[in-house]
Amino acid sequence: MMINGVQIDDTFAEAFNMRGTRVIITAQNHKWAYHAANAMTGFATSVIGCGVEAGIERELSQEETPDGRSGVAVLMFAMGSAVLMKQLENRMGQTILTCPTAAAFSGIEGNERINLGKNLRFFGDGFQISKQFGGRRYWRVPVMDGEFITEETTGMVRAVGGGNFLVLATSQPQALAACEAAIEAMRKIPNVIMPFPGGVVRSGSKVGSKYKALFASTNDAFCPTLKGLTHSQLSEDIESVMEIVIDGLTDADIRKATYVGIEAACKLGAENGIKRISAGNYGGKLGQFQFHLREIMNDKSLSGESV
Amino acid sequence: MSALTFTLKKDLAQKLDVSPLSPDLLADKSPADIASTLLWYGKQQLRADEAFTITGDDTNALVFDKSTAKIDYIGSGLKTGHVTVNGDAGAFLAFQMRQGNITVNGSVADFAASGMAGGLLQINGNVGDYLGAAIIGERKGMKGGTVIVKGNAGERTGDQMRRGIILIEGNVGSYCASRMLAGTIGVLGNVGEYVGYGMRRGTLLLTKTPKLHATIQDCGTHTLPFLSLMFKSFSGLSSKFAEINQTRVQRFAGDIGNDGTGEILVLKILALK
Repeated sequence: MMINGVQIDDTFAEAFNMRGTRVIITAQNHKWAYHAANAMTGFATSVIGCGVEAGIERELSQEETPDGRSGVAVLMFAMGSAVLMKQLENRMGQTILTCPTAAAFSGIEGNERINLGKNLRFFGDGFQISKQFGGRRYWRVPVMDGEFITEETTGMVRAVGGGNFLVLATSQPQALAACEAAIEAMRKIPNVIMPFPGGVVRSGSKVGSKYKALFASTNDAFCPTLKGLTHSQLSEDIESVMEIVIDGLTDADIRKATYVGIEAACKLGAENGIKRISAGNYGGKLGQFQFHLREIMNDKSLSGESV
Repeated sequence: MSALTFTLKKDLAQKLDVSPLSPDLLADKSPADIASTLLWYGKQQLRADEAFTITGDDTNALVFDKSTAKIDYIGSGLKTGHVTVNGDAGAFLAFQMRQGNITVNGSVADFAASGMAGGLLQINGNVGDYLGAAIIGERKGMKGGTVIVKGNAGERTGDQMRRGIILIEGNVGSYCASRMLAGTIGVLGNVGEYVGYGMRRGTLLLTKTPKLHATIQDCGTHTLPFLSLMFKSFSGLSSKFAEINQTRVQRFAGDIGNDGTGEILVLKILALK
């Protein structure tokens, strides 16, 4: 399968069941909402080292937020409910409670509720006040800039993490340009985040290592400088590979984001050095979800124009 | 189906307890069964059709016509449906109401919304003392739901109130929010003496600074963001409170004679139609 001279590999991305939540961060203006949300979703690229994968889903206008202020929606994913709850509370305490004018609200309904500000209230040392409006409980915690407002809980849903595709190009700048174009298109898709820096990751990994202490190590088959040393997956003309990882609330959201991202990358085409699109998997044995690239790219109902 | 209507046909000398006439208790009953429902009238019992002319058949929408202040416990324990009262209502209106809504096109006696836990009570006239308060022997008053009063309210409004919202467009008597445990009371008119006496937690929202006793302390003027959440939740209500959209208040805290984490918020600028 070729799109604009770019080969789409007959392979699939392998993704996993995760637990996810959405939190709405509001502040005096978007500048401070982003300060809070960027801090909250910082160091949240991979569950392996960070506990959660988190990112900013989109900007919210004043009409879209519970308190009528400017805001952003944050999505957060983890492998289990306990770690999601722990990470959410830690990050709330260190980045939202601390950020001037910031407030946090539940951004998703769900059968299961997890603590948002429920335990942060104790920072109020007895001066905290609970208020219940429209069936939702909020906490007002007195802080030095006024009052910190947070909803008590947020919803937790079953989600999907680890959707991905690889961009193979003839040079590093060209691979990055294609990934940037893909991310720009994918950011418009609701219910997904691309958790790595700028949405792009270069250190794709394989399972196992020559060192006993490590359970994952560099994906040598896709490392361009090792072409002559290992069982390489790269042809002579490939000099750089980058990956985009996608976490979403449902597998349909990830399919949509995958389509839109690959479509945008392929738009640059072979003349801009984009040669192949591939995906990372573990042979289909570990993940509960498989995203077959060719099947997705043949499904025109996922096209970016229908966003 | 038309609303099941109870039109008072008797000049009541005693108090009449209509707590058996609620939608969930009347559901699936035949007209004859409804007519024979026994109601306490003073120390005797009356059949419902001795006191009321009964018309209509929709037990989920009850109407009390020509109602007077002698009729107690209207909408008591209401779990579902709508109750409309045309005329006045007696004591214990909406007693331990859980869900549904009650509209009174008239005035209401004491202990309205006592023990109320949910739903919407709209009173288009005045209301007596102990609105949303605990009955004698209980330690907590209203526990949830929303009460709107278009007119004035009497003394001890919200006494020992635990949760929920009471919005009063008129004036309120003495001891407003006394011994309040939590929840929200809003008053657009004036309040009487000893406002917030023994207040433990909760919010009392006013439009004018009242005379405050020494154990309620000024905490200064602030812009409180939670008020926008609160006023947004009022936006669907048929009340002047739905028009408020400003969050600048002077905050008084107290009663420091009793824990002191209650608050009296006085809106600084208010222009209502």
